[in-house]
Amino acid sequence: MRIGVVTFPGSLDDTDAARAVRYAGAEPVRLWHADRDLRGVDAVILPGGFSYGDYLRCGAIARFSPVMGELVPAAQAGLPVLGICNGFQILCEAHLLPGALTRNAGLRFIHADVRLTVLNTGTAWTARFAAGQEITVPVKNGEGAFVADEATLDELEQSGRVVVRYSGGAPNGSVRDIAGICNAEGNVVGLMPHPEHAIDPLTGPSDEGLPFFTSAVTAFAGAQL
Amino acid sequence: MSDKDTVEVAARTPEVQQPYKELGLTEDEYQKVRDILGRRPTAAELALYSVMWSEHCSYKSSKVHLRNLAPNADQARYLLAGIGANAGVVDIGQGYAVTFKIESHNHPSFVEPHQGAATGIGGIVRDILAMGARPVAVMDAIRFGPADAHDTARVLPGVVSGISFYGNCLGLPNIGGELAFDPCYSGNPLVNALCVGLMRHDDLKSAVATGTGNKVVLFGSRTGPDGVGGASVLASATFGGAEPGSTAGGAEAGSAAGDDGGRAAKRPSVQVGDPFMEKLLVECCLELFAADVIEGIQDLGAAGVACATTELSAGGDGGMFVDMDAIPLRDPNLTPAEILMSESQERMMAVVRPEHVDAFMAICGKWDVEATVIGEVTGDGLLTMTWRGRTVVQIPPRTAADGPVYQRPLARPDNLDALRASSPDSLARPADGPGLRETLLKLLGSPGLADKRWVTQQYDSLVRGNTVLAMPEDGGLVRVAEETGLGVALATDGNGRYCTLDPYQGTQLALAEAYRNVAMTGAVPVAVTNCLNFGSPEDPAVMWQLAEAVRGLADGCKHLGIPVTGGNVSLYNQTGSTAIQPTPVIGVLGVHDDVRQRLAAGFTADGAEVVLLGRTSPEFGGSAWAGVIHQHLGGLPPAADLDAERQLAILVTAAASAGVLASAHDLSDGGLAIALAEACLYGGRGCAVALRGDSFTALFSESAARALVSVVPGREREFAALAEEHGVPATVLGVTTGDTLTVEGIFQVPLTELERVWTATLPAIFG
Repeated sequence: MRIGVVTFPGSLDDTDAARAVRYAGAEPVRLWHADRDLRGVDAVILPGGFSYGDYLRCGAIARFSPVMGELVPAAQAGLPVLGICNGFQILCEAHLLPGALTRNAGLRFIHADVRLTVLNTGTAWTARFAAGQEITVPVKNGEGAFVADEATLDELEQSGRVVVRYSGGAPNGSVRDIAGICNAEGNVVGLMPHPEHAIDPLTGPSDEGLPFFTSAVTAFAGAQL
Repeated sequence: MSDKDTVEVAARTPEVQQPYKELGLTEDEYQKVRDILGRRPTAAELALYSVMWSEHCSYKSSKVHLRNLAPNADQARYLLAGIGANAGVVDIGQGYAVTFKIESHNHPSFVEPHQGAATGIGGIVRDILAMGARPVAVMDAIRFGPADAHDTARVLPGVVSGISFYGNCLGLPNIGGELAFDPCYSGNPLVNALCVGLMRHDDLKSAVATGTGNKVVLFGSRTGPDGVGGASVLASATFGGAEPGSTAGGAEAGSAAGDDGGRAAKRPSVQVGDPFMEKLLVECCLELFAADVIEGIQDLGAAGVACATTELSAGGDGGMFVDMDAIPLRDPNLTPAEILMSESQERMMAVVRPEHVDAFMAICGKWDVEATVIGEVTGDGLLTMTWRGRTVVQIPPRTAADGPVYQRPLARPDNLDALRASSPDSLARPADGPGLRETLLKLLGSPGLADKRWVTQQYDSLVRGNTVLAMPEDGGLVRVAEETGLGVALATDGNGRYCTLDPYQGTQLALAEAYRNVAMTGAVPVAVTNCLNFGSPEDPAVMWQLAEAVRGLADGCKHLGIPVTGGNVSLYNQTGSTAIQPTPVIGVLGVHDDVRQRLAAGFTADGAEVVLLGRTSPEFGGSAWAGVIHQHLGGLPPAADLDAERQLAILVTAAASAGVLASAHDLSDGGLAIALAEACLYGGRGCAVALRGDSFTALFSESAARALVSVVPGREREFAALAEEHGVPATVLGVTTGDTLTVEGIFQVPLTELERVWTATLPAIFG
C-alpha cells in the first residue's frame, strides 16, 4: 500500500508521519504542495506543522494549494485522508470536515501526553482499535480548541462522528472534549493529537497511536481481496 | 548625508566630525580605523568597523584568554573543524558528524523578551546550518531575577513564548536546558540557546569566498531597519540602572538611562523573527548543499551584511565587490550604513560559481526564498561596495574581521576574601526529622528546583521523531541513526553562585555537571561548548573572573581529554556598575552507541536497589540549601574532582550498555534529598532508604561526582563488581517501593505531597 504524505511550506511532522506509515508496513510517498498530483497513492496524510507559517489562520492558505485541488475531490470520492494537527486544521478550512480550531484556552502552546478514548472504530483510520479503547498520545499545538455550532456538534455526536475524545478533559478547551472527528463516510479523519509520535515507546509516550496507520493498511488489504 | 559620503568625499574631507562614540567605538579605535584607511572612514565604513569591532563580534576583551581553550592533540582526536569556524564539528562515527554551539541573546531578551529570545534561537540555528549540517535539536539555558519579582513577570513569559514560538514553528525539538533564578539577573536576564546539527563527514561547508568571478548571493528575508546596531550599542554595552549614564564601551548612544534603564530607546536594536522563513531557509540550504552548488556560505547574524561580507572575504584569498543597490530592502529609505548594520533575521550569504547560479536560483525558487546576486569575488584583496554607482566602502577586509585585541587589567575582586570567609558552617541547620523534612519540601518548592512544566509544556520536544530523552531528564538524547541506534546526548549547566565564590572551580563544576548529566543517559561525553556570561570587561574584577573561568574550563577539558569546539562570550551583563554573577554556561555533547539502552532518571518499578555513587563531604558553600533557606552566599564551592567524574561516567555508561541499571540521576543542586525526590516524582515510584553519618550532610551536601542509580533486580552483584572495578564508591541506600519517599528513622513524605509542593510553585507565580 502507498500512503502519501503532503509537505507544505512549514510542514514539520511530515517525516514523522512518513515514519509511522513505514512502521505500519506501508510505503510512504512524499507529495509536494505545489504539484497537482497525488501520484496514484491509496491514502493521504496531511501532517502537523505550521503550513505557510499559519500567519493568516491555521490551514487557511494551505487549503488553496495546488495539491488540495486534487485532494478535495479525491477525498469526496472516498480516498482515505488523515489530518493530524495542522492537517486537521487544513481539513476544516477545506470544508472536508466541519468546525474550526481556535486558540487554546490559556492562550499558550501546550505540549502534553493526553489520554484519548477511541469512540468510532468504523473509520478508515481507526478500525484496528477496540471501541472505547483508551490510548496515550501526545498533543502539541497553539490552536487546538475545536469549536462548532451546537447543531453541528449534536449531529457529530449522534452520527458517531466524534472519533476520539480527551478522556481526562481537553487541555486546550475543545468543546465537549472533542479531539478528533470524521466525515459522514468515515474516510476523512482529523485529530489534534499526534498518533505519529506514539508509535514506539523509545521516542514517544507509547506505541498506542500506531493503529491509526495499521488500520488504513488493513482496510486497504481487505479492499484488495 | 551618509549615502553621499563616498570614499572620494571622505578622502577630501578629513575634518568631518563622525559619530564614532555613538556607534560604540572609542577614540583610539576610531583613530586606528583612520590609520588603516589612510583617511577618515565613510559613514558606511564607520558603521562596518563599529559593528565588527564591537565586543560582541570581535571578542576583543576575551580573545587573549580564549586562546587557552585551543585543544591539544589528545582532545582534538575527533574534531573535523574546531574553534574559528562558525561551530566545531565532531566525528561521532558511522560516517556521521555533529556540530553544536551555544550562544547568548541576553541583552535583546531584556529589551523585548519575546523577539529577543525568538531570534536567539533563529541565530544559533543559522550558525549550525552554515556548517552544512541539518539542525536537529535546540536547548535553552535561561536565568532570571527572583521568580516573584515584578519584572520577571514581564521577562520570563516573554522569553519562554519567544523560544516556544520560534523553535516550535521551525520544527526543532527542544530537548532540555536550564531555568534558574537569582536577584543578580533582575536587570539582566540570561538567554542562552544551543543548537545541534547533524551531517555526513563530507558535507562540511566553509565560510570563505574564493575563486575570482564567483558570485555572491544574498538569500532569505529582505533587509529592513530592524536590529540596526544590535551587536554594538545593544549587546556590547551595559544597561543603565540606578546609576544614570553608565560607562560602557563608549556606547552611551542607546543608554540614555530613563526609568527603564534605556530599554525603550534600545527596542529598535532588537530584531524581529519569522520562523516560517527560517524553516524555508533551512530546507532550501539543505537542498543547495545536496546539489553541491555552493562554494562558501555564511549566516547573517550579528552585524548582518557587514559581518558576512568581511568574514567571507577575509577568509578567502581575494577580495569582494558588492553592489549595495542590488540588496533587496524592506524599507527603500535605508542608508548604506543602516543596510550594513541591519540584523534583519533569516538571511544567508553564499558564494556560487557562475555556472551554478541558475541551479541555485531554481532551488531557492522552489522554496519561495528570495535570492539575489549582489556581487562577486575579486582578486584585489579589497572589500569594495558601491551605492548609487559610487564607492562607499573600500577596505582591507581582514582589518575589520580581526579587530583589536585588548589585554584588559585584571584584579581579584575586593570582596572575595570576605565572601569566602563567610562560611555556611555557622548557618542554622535542621536538627531533627521534621526539620529535615521541612527543608526538603522548601527546597523542592523553590522556583529553581520546582517542576518546570509551566515552561517546558510550551516546547515541542517530539518533532522529527528522534527524541529519546528530553526535559526534565538529566540530558537530552536524540537518535541519529534509526538502523543502529546511534545517538547524541546533550546537557548544559552553569552555576553563578559557585562561580562567584571561585570562578575557576565553579566553571569546572559546571563542566563536571554537564559531563555527568550526559553520562547519566549512558552516553560517552566527547566535546564541549560554552557561553561565557559576564559583566563589563572594563571592570578589572570581572576580567579576573573571566580569566579564571576560562582557565578553569581549559584545564578541566584537558583533564577530561575532551575539546572545546566553540562558544560565545557575552559581556556587559550588568546593571549600572553591578555585574551579574559570573555565569559560564557549559554544554557537553556525548555519543550514545545505542539509544535503546538509554537511562532515565526516574524510579519506575518496585524492588530495584537504590545506590548512591561517589563520596559525600560536608560541602555547603553556594549550595541551594544556603541560598533558599538562608539567602546566604559564602565560603567555598564544593571541590571539583575530575578524575572521580571520569570514573563515574565510565561506570554509568558501562552499566548502561550491560543493561544492569534501571535508572540514573545526577546529584547537584539540593544534593541527595532533591535527587531522591526527583527520581520518585519522574518515575512515579517511591523508595525507602537509610542514611549513614550526619543526616543533614547526607541529604543536602552538594559534593560533586555523585549519582543516584537504581539497579535492575537480580543484577545487584554484577553492578557492585562494576563499581568496584572502576573505583567508584557505591553505597546501597535501600530499595524502590510504593508511593512514599521514606528516609528510615527520619521522615516520610507521600508522593502526592511531594508532587503538590513541586508542581504548585511556577503556576502560582506565572498563571
